[in-house]
Amino acid sequence: MLKYIARRVLQVIPVFIGVTLVLFLLQAVVPGDPVKMITGERAMSPALRLQIMKANNLDKPIAVQYVIYVNKLLHGDLGTSYQRGRAVKDMLGEKYPYTVKLAFAAILIEIIVGIAAGIISAVKQYSFLDVLVTLSTSVLVSVPVFWLGMLMQVFFGILLKQWSGGQIYMPISGAGGLSSNFPDWVYLVLPAITLASVSTAYAARIMRSQLLEIMGADYIRTARAKGLTASGVIWKHALKNALIPVVTFIGLDLGAMLSGAILTETVFNYPGIGLEIYLAIGRRDWPVVMGGVVLVVVVVMVINLIVDVSYAFLDPRIRYGGAAE
Amino acid sequence: MPDHDHIPHEARDRQETLDAIRETGQPFPPSEEFELHAGDSRTLWGDAVRRILKNKLAVAAIIWLLLMVMLAVTADLWVPQHFGSPTKIDTTTIVKQRLIPPSMGHPFGTDDLGRDIFARVIYGARISLAVGILATAISIVIGLIMGALSGYYGGLIDSAIMRMADVFFAFPYILFVVALIAVLGKGFINVFIAIGILGWASIARVFRSSILSVKENDYVDAARALGASDIRIMSRHIMPNAVAPIIVYSTMSIGGAILTEAALSFLGMGVQPPTPAWGLMLNDAQNFMETAPWMMIWPGLAILTTVLAFVLLGDGLRDALDVKMKD
Repeated sequence: MLKYIARRVLQVIPVFIGVTLVLFLLQAVVPGDPVKMITGERAMSPALRLQIMKANNLDKPIAVQYVIYVNKLLHGDLGTSYQRGRAVKDMLGEKYPYTVKLAFAAILIEIIVGIAAGIISAVKQYSFLDVLVTLSTSVLVSVPVFWLGMLMQVFFGILLKQWSGGQIYMPISGAGGLSSNFPDWVYLVLPAITLASVSTAYAARIMRSQLLEIMGADYIRTARAKGLTASGVIWKHALKNALIPVVTFIGLDLGAMLSGAILTETVFNYPGIGLEIYLAIGRRDWPVVMGGVVLVVVVVMVINLIVDVSYAFLDPRIRYGGAAE
Repeated sequence: MPDHDHIPHEARDRQETLDAIRETGQPFPPSEEFELHAGDSRTLWGDAVRRILKNKLAVAAIIWLLLMVMLAVTADLWVPQHFGSPTKIDTTTIVKQRLIPPSMGHPFGTDDLGRDIFARVIYGARISLAVGILATAISIVIGLIMGALSGYYGGLIDSAIMRMADVFFAFPYILFVVALIAVLGKGFINVFIAIGILGWASIARVFRSSILSVKENDYVDAARALGASDIRIMSRHIMPNAVAPIIVYSTMSIGGAILTEAALSFLGMGVQPPTPAWGLMLNDAQNFMETAPWMMIWPGLAILTTVLAFVLLGDGLRDALDVKMKD
């Protein structure tokens, strides 16, 4: 087990180097003069220009720039925003809590709705409810997330307000704050449902197929033959094993959600890290983009590591078999 | 089976787990087995066609997609004549023509610039279908080459390529596409290049594992003993056996590419105005959600139904070709 964990941790290193390298190269070939990005479009003396380049290490060869960048990164320095002049770390630090809140709210929905729908669908296979669940999961994975968000805004923000004469409605933009009419958590509801939609559909599908597969296993038949009730077998025997892949999926999904939901956050104007990176790309603020993506990638890698290790812990086949092929 | 995989790769493991659990989540009960009749000639593809024709949802998906393609291809012949140009803004009539709700003359209504939304949705199908198919084609070409090198030769090449794939998997997808577009520049061509480039890793993984499972067969050894070249073995013996998962995967990824294109256009990083693209129309519609909700309904439904058709077709193909996406 320890060997597996060690091997798994070591695998993170080349991926980390690859990711930073790709990002760094992308930034290097991006059109536009970095000095102009920092200073704006004003005329300047060659001496001042050189000074700015030196201050940002832009005068050095690109390989050296990369080493400097990674070195700073490892010391927790993400650089300074071109336009805002602020430390990227601080800028992202302000936004990240919003993304974390949104991610956990969405995961909560995914766990409750996804698992429940999957169980109902499997236990009542081929029933009306089952058909409803399977059909709606197919539809949900095909819906553009941002369109779903817009539909929610129209229904809960606009139509509901009209129908109730302005009494009942949900906020559709921002994240609350002091001047808001709503408690802050209300602002999470619609974005969280939107963000959770696709993953909830997948979670339900996985739960259903796992449970169905396990219900056909020998040990379940034995348990039934022994005289246990159907519901007892499902709750005590089948669910325990069927949940493992679902929990793995949800764990990995948490990683994906913590990487900032650029579409959901844009539609709802929600001030998370996805929106921040998106806005930074729009204004070519590369230190913010790189810092944001690196932060996100590291979070995703750590979560995946945790998920993989706990999966290996739960399922011995993984740690002894290496890759399952 | 020998251990091809002495180096497990973090991201691949994860992706395989993900794919496996995603893909086995069968949305519909598999169709019942076929009865064999004496004298039937049975081939894999013949069987597949027969199975897919029995799958009502897959047939509906095929019909819908054919209809879309037909409407999109013939659009020049009838859309501008009856509904007006999808792009031209007529400044003299714009005040009268803008934001008309769905009616006889404009079945889907008009947008804020007085253009017929039905016309724009039909022309938008061209963009979506083109990007979906071209981007997936790029992914397939790169993915097949990488997957073939990786699975067939193994060793160092395999490790290097799979590590590269790991890096691609480590990025949050949409963010990576958006960043790539920021570098390449906006526009139609760059959109499908970006989506295509980022899609190779999954195809390579699918193809690689197909190869791994096929190449240990005796007939491959026999071919090699007879002196067949690598290329011949690959094209005559491995490819035919590995093609089914690729077809299933590609069908599903066309839907994914269409969704990504719509998202990029929605974010203003894809196809640029005045080109009618569904994502772009939804971006416009955001400002008129209260006054003209029809602006957002139709393009959204168009994306949903098209992607859904590819998903259902992919599901149908998976069942028909009996592909297990697990390995």
